[in-house]
Amino acid sequence: MIVPLIKGLQITFSHLFKKAVTLQYPEEKPVVAPRFRGLHTLKVSHNSAKCVACYLCPTVCPAKCITVEAGEDANHEKFAAVYEIDMLRCIFCGFCVEACPVDALGMTQEFELANYKRTDFVFSKERLLEKR
Amino acid sequence: MDIFGDIPWYIYFAAMILKVLVAFVFVLLTVAYATYAERKLIGFMQVRIGPNRTGPIGLLQPIADGIKLFFKEEIIPAQASKFAFVLAPLVALVPAFISFAVIPFGDSIQIAGYKFPLQIAAYADKAGTVYDLNIGVLYILAMASLGVYGIVLAGWSSNSKYSLLGGLRASAQMISYELAAGLAIVCVFMVSQSLSLQAIVADQSGLFGWYIFRNPFLFVAGIIFFICSLAEINRTPFDLPEAETELVSGFCTEYSSMKYAMFFMAEYANMVTVCAVMTTLFLGGWHGPLPSVLNFIAKVYVLMFVCMWIRATYPRYRYDQLMKLGWKVFLPITLFLIMGNAIWMTLFK
Repeated sequence: MIVPLIKGLQITFSHLFKKAVTLQYPEEKPVVAPRFRGLHTLKVSHNSAKCVACYLCPTVCPAKCITVEAGEDANHEKFAAVYEIDMLRCIFCGFCVEACPVDALGMTQEFELANYKRTDFVFSKERLLEKR
Repeated sequence: MDIFGDIPWYIYFAAMILKVLVAFVFVLLTVAYATYAERKLIGFMQVRIGPNRTGPIGLLQPIADGIKLFFKEEIIPAQASKFAFVLAPLVALVPAFISFAVIPFGDSIQIAGYKFPLQIAAYADKAGTVYDLNIGVLYILAMASLGVYGIVLAGWSSNSKYSLLGGLRASAQMISYELAAGLAIVCVFMVSQSLSLQAIVADQSGLFGWYIFRNPFLFVAGIIFFICSLAEINRTPFDLPEAETELVSGFCTEYSSMKYAMFFMAEYANMVTVCAVMTTLFLGGWHGPLPSVLNFIAKVYVLMFVCMWIRATYPRYRYDQLMKLGWKVFLPITLFLIMGNAIWMTLFK
């Protein structure tokens, strides 16, 4: 009856000298996994977004957070005139990225998406475009 | 004014007030930083860091907590019994501090031909004879049990079922464990032949003079006394009166602001007092290798570390387990210890 009590004390005492696992978050950032699904990004090729406005991503999206409107550019090619992702609805499942036939959509390691206004959570095409 | 022996009354009063101030401020500071130390220690034991944002390594945390609690809104429930509700924190806090009056925290010091015992309720006459409260231990036991009145009063006056249950548990727990603790102290009386704490400490000089090392029965008695004391001051694993998993926050559910802070302070002041009593009765008081006061402080702090260590380790006892432990385990064991101690003392005189 007494031995397990002493064993418990031993365990807590041995923990006393272990290095804390705490991450001092705002100062220290966690190491994010390579396949982490964070903020979306629209990939760029030849100075324009690769997206061809095929509507596969809004179709597959289970949260219905993607809004795409197609347009026609100078070369009579289809492109996404409007591309918006509502981050308040997004569940970061990554289905949109999987669905994309032209590899125009990706997900970054960015996870600090807090904001002050609800409208700021709707990411427009400009904000989603890949940073070079 | 011969009640002061042959020392002038002004020296008597000056010494008294100085001792009270120093001891009180010291206990208060210890109480404040015990909260910090506890959070930090338990943090380390759970492989966390603990408070580290307020000041360097979180050292200003107790002050920040104090200021925060001081400026919080004072809420008195509409159905509460107002007078008792306001009185309860005081009744809990005062006994926690006044027990310290009879604890000798150091050897007597000589200043300008006068001898001053480092114990608040004590003085020495010109010849150097120290007079202290000759029933010091009884006084401590009395004050320790008084502390529970504050908790019961708080539980009753809050007019809330959780508070009431907390108060009831506190009283039941106090009665159950006071017995075993008292009987454990009887073993000390048998050896010391005195109830005066000065005499008890004086008897424990030398390397193995500490009562806990005198014989195996006293060793067990010391451990049981410590455990029972933990139960009396409602510390984990015996913190049933404020068991937050069942009783929200027990007796202090309805309290806020400074009144809550007073319960909190009482709890930690009780911890300091209990560790000081344990040091005095079983661990040789201020005897040891360092200067006398430092010995005492070191022993008290080690015991407080043990309290926190225990809190980091054990889950709370269930109510029936608590009662069983008190009445069916500790009480018979302490009775047996008294007998064993008596036999030992007759055999190895």
